[in-house]
Amino acid sequence: VRALRLRGLGPYGIVVPFAIVLAFPFYWMAMTAFKGPTDLFNLENIPYSFADDSPTWGNITFLFTDTLFLTWVKNTVLVGAVVVAITLALALPAGYALARLSGRWGQWLAIGIFLTYLVPPTLLFLPMSRVITELGLDNSKYALMLVYPSFTVPFATWLMMGFFKTIPPELEEAALIDGASRIGALRRVVFPISLPGILTVVIFTFSLCVNEFVYAVTFISSSAERTVSVGVATDLIRGDVYQWGSLMAGTLLPSLLLALLYNTFLNRFIAGFTGGAFR
Amino acid sequence: VEAVALPRRRRRRLDLLEQRRFLGPALIAPAVIFIVALVGAPLLLAIYLSFTNAHSGSLSGDFVGFANYAQEWRNPVFQDALRNTVLYTVVSQIIVLIGAGLLAHALIKPFRGRWFLRLLVLLPWAAPVALGTIGFLWIFDALFSVVNWTTVHDLMPGGGELYLYKIVNFVFARDFWPGFIQIGAIDPLSPPQWLGQTELAKAAIIGVHSWRILPFATVIFIAGIASIPTEVQDAAKIDGATGLKKFFYVSLPLQLPIATVALLFGIVFTTTDMAVVYILTHGGPFNSTHMLTTWAFDTGINSASLGPGAAISLYLLPVLAAVAILMLRFARRAEVS
Repeated sequence: VRALRLRGLGPYGIVVPFAIVLAFPFYWMAMTAFKGPTDLFNLENIPYSFADDSPTWGNITFLFTDTLFLTWVKNTVLVGAVVVAITLALALPAGYALARLSGRWGQWLAIGIFLTYLVPPTLLFLPMSRVITELGLDNSKYALMLVYPSFTVPFATWLMMGFFKTIPPELEEAALIDGASRIGALRRVVFPISLPGILTVVIFTFSLCVNEFVYAVTFISSSAERTVSVGVATDLIRGDVYQWGSLMAGTLLPSLLLALLYNTFLNRFIAGFTGGAFR
Repeated sequence: VEAVALPRRRRRRLDLLEQRRFLGPALIAPAVIFIVALVGAPLLLAIYLSFTNAHSGSLSGDFVGFANYAQEWRNPVFQDALRNTVLYTVVSQIIVLIGAGLLAHALIKPFRGRWFLRLLVLLPWAAPVALGTIGFLWIFDALFSVVNWTTVHDLMPGGGELYLYKIVNFVFARDFWPGFIQIGAIDPLSPPQWLGQTELAKAAIIGVHSWRILPFATVIFIAGIASIPTEVQDAAKIDGATGLKKFFYVSLPLQLPIATVALLFGIVFTTTDMAVVYILTHGGPFNSTHMLTTWAFDTGINSASLGPGAAISLYLLPVLAAVAILMLRFARRAEVS
């Protein structure tokens, strides 16, 4: 009987506690973002409720009008867009070539490219910071546009290679027989079918850019050039007087946007990490 | 027909782009050149710098051999950072593997509300690391920590006397535990300073790392379970394998490769991360919670000692090389099967 009851509770008994713990910080960010100043700092109140003040938009308005949050968002989008463009330009042809055109050495090259994804920014940021200074790019978001493709290109190439392998070569062969050139077949047949894969690369390249912390915190020292991760983490945390309400609003908004994107493209993302071997 | 086909073929042969031998390398070359320039070259530069006494403001310094490595090896802060890196990685990955195993098995079959619960479970992975960690900065606040409030206040409305700290202390405040477990005990009059006490700060850092990697490992596990062919499950059922037996002899071996992938990525993500410690404790109190990454940043950027900083971060290289070799081995095995 007991086993039956456990089975009836089944997945909820495990998933619900985990979901509560894992999602709690975001619930807490939302609560904090809407709390008024007296509510936030009154230890007598139950923190899970609104006691002294009713929920307020004040923190969010403050975030948008009195901080550089919108500038950081703009910088992030700009950096993200340029990096996505560079990444697609390099990774699409490379991924296609590795999937189709090369033999044995192509396999080793593919593995080599994947391994470079394992070399982390935390290993390269010191020499990179010197190079950026030599190039006169320090303290500018252009530095990030140049450096970010160093980790997005390997990942995107790997992802696209897996994707192109799933497209039957017969499709291109048919186009070639119909008189199309190889480049033409690529442009008119392969890329249109690969649109979902390309979109996936766009989403994950962009989210890697939003996530990046080490380079952004190393290269950039003026507030107006920062991306949102570093801007919120450094500028909104001032000494010991934190603007907790606006700070939490600033962490919650980008997180939720990215989470929705991720959830939509989750399955393709898994395929990328497992090399397509486990689909 | 032949008369028409021939000239076209000749034209094609003249077009360099039509030749496989040329087209392949032409498509790959830009990406490879870019990666060599922006990953290979800086890596070599890092290795070079680690053998010099270069300071910020110049790209070169005098050659000092292994002095930077030796000096850091004897530096107590470095030793702590190295130990912490191992500690954070090992403990968080154990938590992640157990948690992801449970979660993946629960999430694999459809049930009402699965879509929403999966979204909640995935949130920590989708959110930028730095921003999620700032959330924890507030959760672990010295004065307004919601964890502390929840543990020391009566949670039953109307004075029902349900105190979580009493339950916690029932487990942790025992004399037979070693010291590092007893620190889990909570004094309601002076609640824990999560980020101000070394041991608690380490626990908090491990918690945040596990929180962030767990969703990732879970989705990879789900993919692994889903990839087990139903024929295998059916065959196991016919052979009379059920419950634990089926788990140990059928499910577990088949999932092992993908669990390895999740683990290897988890190790890389944890050992090479800087944001969590940088934001939560910045290595403090008294440089006791550093990882190699944050200590390298403090030395190389804040103290402007490029050479020693590069040496510290290069101590990560053996770990990464080991992971790389394991991944290659794994990739080859996946190809065979």
